Amino acid sequence: MTLLEVRGLNTYYGESHILRGIDITINSGEMVCIIGRNGVGKTTLLKSLIGLLSPRTGEIIFNGEAIRKRPPHQRAKLGIAYVPQGREIIPHLTVEENLQLGMEALSEGLKKHSSIDNFIYELFPILKAFLGRKGGDLSGGQQQQLAIARALLGKPKLLLLDEPTEGIQPNIIQDIESAIRRIISETGIGVLLVEQHLHFVRKSDRYYAMQRGGIVASGQTRDLSKAIVDQFLSV
Amino acid sequence: MVQLILESLFNGIAIGSVLLIAALGLAIVFGLMGVINLAHGELMMLGAYSTYVTQLVFKLPALKPFYNSYVIVSLMVAFLVAAVVGILLERSIIRRLYGSPLETLLATWGVSLILQQFVRSVPLAYASGIIIALLIGLIVPLIVPHDLLSHRRNRLIKVGSLGGSVLVGLLSANWLSTSISRLGRASARNVDVTAPSWMRGGLDLWGITFPVTRLVIIVITIIAVISVTWFLKQSVWGMRIRAVTQNREMSECLGISTKKVDVLTFGIGSGLAGVAGVAVSLLGSVGPNVGGSYIVGCFMVVVLGGVGNLLGTIIASFAIGIMTDLIGAGRLLSIWPDMPSPLASTVDFFATTSMARVLVFALIVVFLQFRPSGLFPQKGRMVES
Repeated sequence: MTLLEVRGLNTYYGESHILRGIDITINSGEMVCIIGRNGVGKTTLLKSLIGLLSPRTGEIIFNGEAIRKRPPHQRAKLGIAYVPQGREIIPHLTVEENLQLGMEALSEGLKKHSSIDNFIYELFPILKAFLGRKGGDLSGGQQQQLAIARALLGKPKLLLLDEPTEGIQPNIIQDIESAIRRIISETGIGVLLVEQHLHFVRKSDRYYAMQRGGIVASGQTRDLSKAIVDQFLSV
Repeated sequence: MVQLILESLFNGIAIGSVLLIAALGLAIVFGLMGVINLAHGELMMLGAYSTYVTQLVFKLPALKPFYNSYVIVSLMVAFLVAAVVGILLERSIIRRLYGSPLETLLATWGVSLILQQFVRSVPLAYASGIIIALLIGLIVPLIVPHDLLSHRRNRLIKVGSLGGSVLVGLLSANWLSTSISRLGRASARNVDVTAPSWMRGGLDLWGITFPVTRLVIIVITIIAVISVTWFLKQSVWGMRIRAVTQNREMSECLGISTKKVDVLTFGIGSGLAGVAGVAVSLLGSVGPNVGGSYIVGCFMVVVLGGVGNLLGTIIASFAIGIMTDLIGAGRLLSIWPDMPSPLASTVDFFATTSMARVLVFALIVVFLQFRPSGLFPQKGRMVES
């Protein structure tokens, strides 16, 4: 089932044209990866999808509903969760409060939901030990796990992940990978991933390659040849 | 000697209390938009004027038996009045200026001038009418059931409630100006709020007389500080406010409506200014410029205490209050009568309210040279990022 359909999306920063006519689709239960070198507009695309940037033209259809004009908090409530580059943990809130904020996206939000579902601790056991700490005091890898856990607590239909492995030690990358695969197989959500880490890219089902703000190649990840990898991934 | 020190401490704490309530509101708003709201002092002034109007209303024959409780009612009235004006200010002006601090500063200063002139040239009865209309206009959309608003004729309901609130505002303005003639005329002169009988006089303890008015102000402050802290730390909206204050974009992405948080935060911050205004009206006479004399003090409290730190705000406001009182009332001389004469003449020179303020601010400036981020700077890993 098509979860997200993007047609002819054009986003500008001021007068500079960043995204040029992007077309992508994501189905439920599928992990889709966006690859491309630095500065080709991958993060801009995710920001346009969550609504932090407003595309000038184009369509974003999520779950059958056109959402291009909606503010980010409404998109979150519809079921899009965003894990930005740099994690963006709320620094002076405790880990527990950060997790609770993830449930704001559920219907009736924080007013109704305040207890954290145990499956989060199964995925990321470390968070349970740090519940009372301030989010800003965690290490980068721990913050990344917290950010993903926070996104999952909103029971999203679509998860947007921006470079989840950037600057993180290898064993935590493993944890994050297996957590994401497990979530997809258990809940059937769609995941859109921006990634430079080849190992993680190989874990996804399909890929789109970006260059100068446009999609230039796409296909099944298992067909991803070495030539394409060399062309689009900066290793 | 001990009595003198205690008395001076008490007075300082009473002055500091007013600063504390106002600075608390200022700090909440400052945390949200990163800019000092220069109209905050004028919101205090509005709070003080609403105390005056409430008091006059309670002098009417129908409410005369309840006259003694007008201070408590006026606390709520002042909170609402200041909150409504603050929300209006946020929605109409400041919302358009998020991210441009200098323009916000200028715009709020402009608003403060407008508000000052407004109370000079508009009769208080009509000012009250406008506020009542605004209040109803803001509240009606909140209490009307949701399905009624999503109805096909929702525009009719909106127009109806708008018309209704204007009508109620007009009627109440008319009623106020006919029944209390003093409110029907514009006046730039200062007005005085008389404390009810139970607040006059003093409480004698250990041979010192504590004026009841000041005790009441301190109690109001304690209640305000506790309830604001509770609200921010424990309630759901408090958590949303803290999240938006620290990371606006991410909070929005998590599903928090930052627009609603802005309105609420502004409402509470401004409402606290209104409550501080009640205290101001109990301490002295009320005029259009009364806010200006407090705004600088509040600003100093926020800077000295360290931004976003409650304990710092409390200590800073009491410190400023006590120092102003010690220096301004020339109490140092009465505590230490045989001070050497060059020192004594210096102390005497600063023993007026305005000179005391000059000295206190000079001391703060010196202090900030050594600790630029205030008494209690934020610590930890997140500071560097």
